[in-house]
Amino acid sequence: MNSQDFQLLSTLVRERSGLVLTEDKVYLLESRLVPLARRRGLNTLEDLAGELRRTNDEKLKEDITEAMTTNETFFFRDNKPFDIFKENILPHLLKARAGQKTIRIWNAACSTGQEPYSLAMLLKEESAKLTGWRVEIMATDISNEVLEKAKAGLYSQFEVQRGLPIQLLIKYFQQMGEMWQIDSSIRAMVKFEKLNLLDNLSRVGGFDVIFCRNVLIYFDNPTKAKVLNQMRNILAKDGALFLGGAETVLGICDDLKPISGLKGVYTPAENGILAAS
Amino acid sequence: MASCLIVDDSKVVRMVARRILEDLNFDILEAEDGQGALDICLKGMPDVILLDWNMPVMNGLDFLKQLRLSDGGGEPVVVFCTTENDMAHIREAISAGANEYIMKPFDRAIIEAKFSQVGVL
Ligand SMILES: C[S@@+](CC[C@H](N)C(=O)[O-])C[C@H]1O[C@@H](n2cnc3c(N)ncnc32)[C@H](O)[C@@H]1O
Repeated sequence: MNSQDFQLLSTLVRERSGLVLTEDKVYLLESRLVPLARRRGLNTLEDLAGELRRTNDEKLKEDITEAMTTNETFFFRDNKPFDIFKENILPHLLKARAGQKTIRIWNAACSTGQEPYSLAMLLKEESAKLTGWRVEIMATDISNEVLEKAKAGLYSQFEVQRGLPIQLLIKYFQQMGEMWQIDSSIRAMVKFEKLNLLDNLSRVGGFDVIFCRNVLIYFDNPTKAKVLNQMRNILAKDGALFLGGAETVLGICDDLKPISGLKGVYTPAENGILAAS
Repeated sequence: MASCLIVDDSKVVRMVARRILEDLNFDILEAEDGQGALDICLKGMPDVILLDWNMPVMNGLDFLKQLRLSDGGGEPVVVFCTTENDMAHIREAISAGANEYIMKPFDRAIIEAKFSQVGVL
């Protein structure tokens, strides 16, 4: 592929989703976009780039951006963040929000739903402590395709075996032929919406907890800073931001502080969430 | 080093599982049916048992029930690993005392995920 076409496509993807594609990622463009080109009756990436120049079609731009996202995820990914949520963050919020009895959680970049559903199952398991409480889970992603799958809550045998304890499969899933579907009671706990992290995030409202894992790694530092600053502004002063194992705020957003002893968790206030405990 | 007993009547499956588990630093024992597995366990309990369901002589479920009744038989972590992939079988295995359940086909990612869930990795 020539370098003009590469520029065209990588700039489009970067402007729209934040994903940084360097020249050594040509193979990634090819493996993701050639199938998309074929579906449109085009043979090569050159043809696809030509089509894009000629039509400037919004739907095509969206499809290209979506096709370049990496959607890898699984239930209770890394385990530890979910333990921390259950053992440290939730008990804090149960005390600190005892007045309004409302907890708002945002799962940014939720992919096919395993992450928000892990949180929902965890909360269901803790429901004895949550009677009378309203817990909202908003789960968002840039990709329509993953959101459709997430809403359906249908997973393959392989997917339900990655990270999901068998007891939770028994409790919260139904077998549907070859697939497994998560119960409607769990599905009802999560509200899925399309949202681009590069957009203005203030409209999503305030949150006590944000899970934003394994998406910032794809962005450059200015973009990370922009997203983190916006998140900080909508996160409660004693709220908790969970990042992925390879992600950090250090050197990028000074207004978020790591919480000592809780790896991968950040909070806006100097003596934030766990100062109390 | 933790020990893992692989119980499966298919030599190929035992070999594949052995490769993955040796890589994860387990000491491997093998049996090709439930009776053979029981004989091994009565001599010395392994830390983990990866257990097929359908086998000649004694199947996995019967083995598990007998294991859990024997002296020290509550100790090993038992992970079923079988082509039986319906909820009825899963429930039956768990109520008989299995700790986890893998539906075949399996790969390294699944074994690792399941073994870390039951705390043996
Ligand atoms: C690797 S997945 C991570 C899923 C889950 N958070 C986890 O840790 O398992 C990354 C997700 O980020 C989404 N994504 C990428 N760029 C985005 C953006 N600009 N806005 C919102 N979501 C984005 C992708 O569509 C993909 O589903």
